[in-house]
Amino acid sequence: MMLGYIGRRAYHSILSVIGLLTLVFFLTRLTGDPSALYLPLDSSVEAREAFARLNGLDQPLYVQFFQYLRDLLSFDFGESLRQHRSAIDVALEAFPQTLKLAVVAMTLSILLAILVGALAAARPGSLFDRIAGLVSLAGASTPDFWIAIVGILVFAVGLGLLPTSGTGSILHWIMPVFVLMLRPFGLLVQVVRGTMISALASPYIKTAHAKGMKRRKIIFGHALRNSLLPVVTVAGDLTTGLINGAVVVETIFGWPGIGKLMIDSIIQRDFAVVQSTILVTAIAIFIVNIAIDLLYVGLDPRIRY
Amino acid sequence: MMAAGKPILTIDGLTVDFLSEGDPVRAVDDVSFNVCPGETLVILGESGSGKSVSTGTVMGLIDCPPGDIVSGSFMFDGTDLTQLDENGRRELNGRRIAMIFQDPLAYLNPVYTVGRQIAEVFESHEAGEGRAVRDKVIALLERVGIPEAENRIDYYPHQFSGGQRQRVMIAMAIALKPDILIADEPTTALDVSVQAQILDLLRDLQQETGMALIMITHDLQVAAAMADRIIVMNAGRIVEAGKAEDVFKRPEHAYTRRLIAALPHEQSRDTPRPAGRQNETLLRVEHLSKHYALKSGLFSAKREFRAVDDVSFAVQRGETLGIVGESGSGKSSIARMLLRLNEPTSGRAIFAGEDIFTLEGAALNRFRRRVQMVFQDPFGSMNPRMNVRSIISEPWAIHRDILPRPQWNDRVIELLELVGLKAEHAERHPHQFSGGQRQRIAIARALASEPELIVCDEAVSALDVSIQMQVIGLLADLRQRLGLSYIFITHDLPIVRQFADRILVMQQGKVVEENQTEALFASPRHAYTRKLLQAVPQPKWQRENTAVRPA
Repeated sequence: MMLGYIGRRAYHSILSVIGLLTLVFFLTRLTGDPSALYLPLDSSVEAREAFARLNGLDQPLYVQFFQYLRDLLSFDFGESLRQHRSAIDVALEAFPQTLKLAVVAMTLSILLAILVGALAAARPGSLFDRIAGLVSLAGASTPDFWIAIVGILVFAVGLGLLPTSGTGSILHWIMPVFVLMLRPFGLLVQVVRGTMISALASPYIKTAHAKGMKRRKIIFGHALRNSLLPVVTVAGDLTTGLINGAVVVETIFGWPGIGKLMIDSIIQRDFAVVQSTILVTAIAIFIVNIAIDLLYVGLDPRIRY
Repeated sequence: MMAAGKPILTIDGLTVDFLSEGDPVRAVDDVSFNVCPGETLVILGESGSGKSVSTGTVMGLIDCPPGDIVSGSFMFDGTDLTQLDENGRRELNGRRIAMIFQDPLAYLNPVYTVGRQIAEVFESHEAGEGRAVRDKVIALLERVGIPEAENRIDYYPHQFSGGQRQRVMIAMAIALKPDILIADEPTTALDVSVQAQILDLLRDLQQETGMALIMITHDLQVAAAMADRIIVMNAGRIVEAGKAEDVFKRPEHAYTRRLIAALPHEQSRDTPRPAGRQNETLLRVEHLSKHYALKSGLFSAKREFRAVDDVSFAVQRGETLGIVGESGSGKSSIARMLLRLNEPTSGRAIFAGEDIFTLEGAALNRFRRRVQMVFQDPFGSMNPRMNVRSIISEPWAIHRDILPRPQWNDRVIELLELVGLKAEHAERHPHQFSGGQRQRIAIARALASEPELIVCDEAVSALDVSIQMQVIGLLADLRQRLGLSYIFITHDLPIVRQFADRILVMQQGKVVEENQTEALFASPRHAYTRKLLQAVPQPKWQRENTAVRPA
C-alpha cells in the first residue's frame, strides 16, 4: 500500500518536474544571450559565432530544447559556462550547504516554537502568552534582509563579535541561523498555540482530567500529540521554502548555498547551472513532501494511504 | 437495590454562574442532592437544564472562568471537595469518582490505542505499570464485553463501534473500582438495542462493586429503567425529587407532568386522518440498491458492502411513510439517493411519472423543487453567515419562476409564521436560535420551494423530547394544510407511531417488514421489529417486583 502510494506520488512529481524544467529552459533564455557576458565587449562577430556554436547556442530554440531533453535522459545535465565542468556537480556541491543551514534553523525553530506555543496555550491571556504572542508576531513579520543587515552592522561591524559573512567557524552560523529562524519560529508559535488551545478544549482532555492525570502529562501527552498535524503541515511548507534556497540570507551572508548559486548563475546566464539547481531543489522538495505524508501516518492512526 | 447506609456524596446549595460578555448566566441554582453507596440517582432534564454542570463540578471539570461556583458545598466521604487543591483532586478523580460521557468517540483520544488510555488510569494513580497493567486492562475489556480483548487492546478508538467505544469508556471508569460512577447521557448516541446492553452492563457492574451511580439523562425511559431515586431539573433548578416510581406515577410539578405527557403513549394516536388520495402514487421505488466496493487485498476476491439491498416501496400522495432502522441499516442512503445527492448502484424511482435517476439538467432542477429534505442537524445544514431571510429565500434565487423578487419579504414572513416563528426572526442568524427553532427554520426553507414530498432524515433526533413532539406536531399540521407527503426516517420507532401512516423497518440494507402503522405496532411479524419494540427499557421498579431480567 505504502510503496504504491510513494510510487504514485513519484510519478506525478516527475511530470511536474518535467513541466518545471521546460518552463525554466525557456524563461532563462529570455534573459538574453550569454555571449554578451562571457566575451569581451569588442569581440568580433566571428568570435561570437564560434562561442555560440561551441555551446550549441546557434541552433533554433526548439532544437536546443530537444537536445536538452535528450541529454537529460542520459543524465547529462549540461556544462557550466562559468566553471567549465558538469552543471549538476556544481549544484550538488552547493546543496549540502543550504541543507545544513535549513535543517539547523528548522529544528531549532520547531522545538522552540512547540515549547513556547504549548506553554502559551496552557494559560491563554497570561503574561507569558502575551509576550510570546508579541515576539512571534514580530518574528513572523520582520523582513529578514533588514534584520540581516542590521545584525551585520551591530554584531560584526559595530561590536566585532561575529564575522560578517562566509563559512568556517561556529560563529559564522549564528547570524544566518538566527535570521532564518525568525519567520518559521514566529509562524509556528502561532500555529502551535492555536491548535493547542482547541486541543485543550477537546472532550478527551476532560476524560484525561477525570482519570486524574497530571496536568503536565495532559498538555504534552494528550493535547500536544493531537495538535502536531497542522504544525507538521506548516513546518513542512516552511522547510521547502528554506531548501528552495534562502536566497536573500545566503547572498547577504555570502553563504555558498544553492540559493546564492542560483542567483549568481541567473545573473551570469549560466543556463545549465540554473536548470540543475532547479532540478536538485525540486527533487528535495518532493522528498520533503513525501516525508510529511509519512509523518502524518505516524502521527494519526486514522490516516492510511 | 435500595439506598443503603449514609450518603457517600452530599451536595448542598450548589450555585454556578457562567460569565458571558454581558451578565453572568446562572446555570445551576441552589441545587442539593446526595447519593448512597449502591444506589442509582438519575438527574433528569432537557438540554440547558444544568444537569451536566452540576455533576461536572463534582469532578472539577468545569473551567473557571467562564464558570464560577458562587456557593455550595460538596462532602465526599468526609472530605470537603471545595477545599481540595489540584493534587488532592487528582487523587480522587479516576480512583474514587469516575465519569463516562455521551459521545465516546470525542471523549477518547483518537491518536492513542484504547489499551494505552485505560492503562493511564493505573499509571496516574501509581497502581502498577508494564505487563501487569496490560493484563489488568485485558481483563477489564473482557469484563465489559469487548470480544478478542487481547488483540483489540491495541486498536484505536475509531476501529470500534459506538457501543463498544462506550464499553471502553466504562472499562476506563471502573478500572480502580470507584465509589461513584457519574454517567452523563451514556446511551444517548447509541442505537436502542445497544442502549439496552449498555444499561444492563452498568447495572451488573453496580451489583458487583456496590458503587453509587449518578446518571444524567434526558430520556424518561432510560431514567425509569435505571433510577432508584430521581431528581428533575429545569432551568438550573431542581423542580422535583423523590423515589423513581413516585415521580413517574404521581408527578407533582407541572414541568415533570409535561415531560411525562410528551412520551409517546399507545393510546395517544391522533384521531385517524382521512387517508390521502390513496390511489395516486407519488413515488414508486423499485429494486433500489447501493453497493460500495470494499478495499480488498491483491489476491482476495472483490468484496462489496450492500448499504441498500433491493429495496422497493411506494408513497401515495398525502401519505407519510416512516422508515425505521438502526445506524447502518441504509435508511439515510435511501434518502440521499432519492434526492440525487448520491447515485444508486441499480434500481428505479418513479416520481410523478419520471425516473428520478435519469433526470439531468433542467429536468433535474425542476425535480429538486418538488422534493425537499430536512436534515438531523439544522445548524450544520445552514450557512452560519446567512440570516434567516436569505436562508429561506435562497430557493427562489435558484428557481426563478416560483416567486418574483418583490414578494420575497412577505413570503418569508408568511413561512416563518406558518412554522410558528415571528416576522422579526428573519433578520437573525442561525446561532441565535435554539435547536427546535432552527429545525423550524429548516422546515420553512424546505417549504419555500413548494414541494410535494419532504424527506425528513432523523429530523427530530437531536431535539429534546418535549421539542420533538412540537416539531412532529408542526409537520402533521402542515401535512393537513398543504397536502404534503413525507418520508420520515428515524431510529426511534415509538416516535413515528403518532405520525406515520405506514412503516418500513430496515435492517442491514434490507426491508424486513412493511405494514400500516397500527398493524405493525399491534402485531410485529419480524423478529427484528419485535426487538426494536422491546428495546424500550422496562422501569426498574417493575423489573424488581416481577424479578424477571430481560436476557
